[in-house]
Amino acid sequence: MATTEDIRAQLAELVNDVAGVPVDDVQLDKSFVDDLDVDSLAMVEILVGCEEKFGVTIPDEESKNLKTVGDAVAYIEAHS
Amino acid sequence: MTEIVITGLGATTPLGGDVASTWAGMLAGRSGVSAITEGWAEELPVKIAAYVKVDPSEVIERVKARRLDRSTQLALIAAQEAWTDAGLDWDAEEGTQVDPQRLIVSVASGIGGLHSLLNNWDAHRDKGYRRVSPFTIPMLMANAPAANIGIQVHAKAGVHTPVSACASSNEAISLALDQLRLGRADIAVVGGTEATIHPLPIAAFGQMQAVSRRNDEPERASRPWDVDRDGFVMGEGSAVMVIETLEHAKARGAKVYGTLAGSGITADSHDIVQPDPTGEGQFGAMRKAIADAGLSASDIRHVNAHGTSTPQGDLTEAGSIRTGLGSAVDGCVVTSTKSMTGHLLGGAGALETIAAVLALHDRMVPPTINLENPEPDLGIDIAALTARPLPAGDLAAINNSFGFGGANVAVAVTNANQSR
Repeated sequence: MATTEDIRAQLAELVNDVAGVPVDDVQLDKSFVDDLDVDSLAMVEILVGCEEKFGVTIPDEESKNLKTVGDAVAYIEAHS
Repeated sequence: MTEIVITGLGATTPLGGDVASTWAGMLAGRSGVSAITEGWAEELPVKIAAYVKVDPSEVIERVKARRLDRSTQLALIAAQEAWTDAGLDWDAEEGTQVDPQRLIVSVASGIGGLHSLLNNWDAHRDKGYRRVSPFTIPMLMANAPAANIGIQVHAKAGVHTPVSACASSNEAISLALDQLRLGRADIAVVGGTEATIHPLPIAAFGQMQAVSRRNDEPERASRPWDVDRDGFVMGEGSAVMVIETLEHAKARGAKVYGTLAGSGITADSHDIVQPDPTGEGQFGAMRKAIADAGLSASDIRHVNAHGTSTPQGDLTEAGSIRTGLGSAVDGCVVTSTKSMTGHLLGGAGALETIAAVLALHDRMVPPTINLENPEPDLGIDIAALTARPLPAGDLAAINNSFGFGGANVAVAVTNANQSR
């Protein structure tokens, strides 16, 4: 079972790959939009990347609730 | 009429990653054609193409590049060079150097973001809709290159993308010329781009018998007007110019390569792919461009021909040049730089207009390579195999571009007035 930190680190790589955000900036308390400057289309790519990487399904209606890195990590922990 | 001058040049082509290396390659008669290295070519009858010499991944930052189709990446590289060459700062804040309300972009693509369209279809078919990139549409749309350039330079007086297949970028240049003359803007970024080295268009052009199958001799495959020509070679790349009113150029102390003197547009309305064999539309475009520029046929000392290396197209164009120039054809040096670059489709007109501008500027016409055995009775003086000097004094040139659908666009340029 992956730890919270493992998931955060893997997610950080994904955010870096898609949006160029430095991996160290991708911390649990950070908002994708407000803090990391991830736009809505990049956010879609990140969430689809999460589906591939973690084997979860993130419905479009659920994705609106994943505002922070912590929200996404918690969702992945709960559903993978 | 308001004089429109050319103040910046940019290109990334099969001969080089910028204008200087591309132009040097042209004058030296180098071929940019090579074997297609990707495995898919094994299945196809056509296994050659002209890739850009410098891959855009070496120039554009990775995260930015993944949101841009290859055609847009190439256009941004060419536009940045042209903008910088014009003495402007690519990263300047809006309104700090050029009035955004007086700046337009007119940059064409013949086909659009083909790789993005097809790669995302592959992803959809193979892995389902969730794998389709949310950037697909802004990547595949034909106006993406122009729009991304417009965003970068803050162009607010209009961002245009005329589409007329292989005449597209000459049409883009013509459109911007008109806009500047009409007083709707002072300065424009103009040109074209194409990136379609992909199995589908290679197969499709192959099925039309339009592309060369000289697979064992890639560098000798593009051979306009040669008796052994067997079709064009697909190239990729982009070429972009900055043009502006003479008044605007003078006010900011810009250097001037030459004058964008006129353009002529006609439509064959004859056949969807074959040129009208009478050449009426082609020589009509040339004559219109000459008249629009206030020139006479005898002023035209150089034609950069469409000259794609197809059996019928080259013959039709030779006749059109003869008719278009009349007796003045004897004093005119013709070339086809596609013999070296391959055919950049929607990027061709802009690249070849730049070649014409530089030919006048440096008084040297680049060669038509591989023209070892010219068709008999062409009646045009072609710079076969080696570059050919142009005389001193005022010079004018025409660049021809013809597109599927019957579009004919001729652009006339003159060298910079020495007294300026």
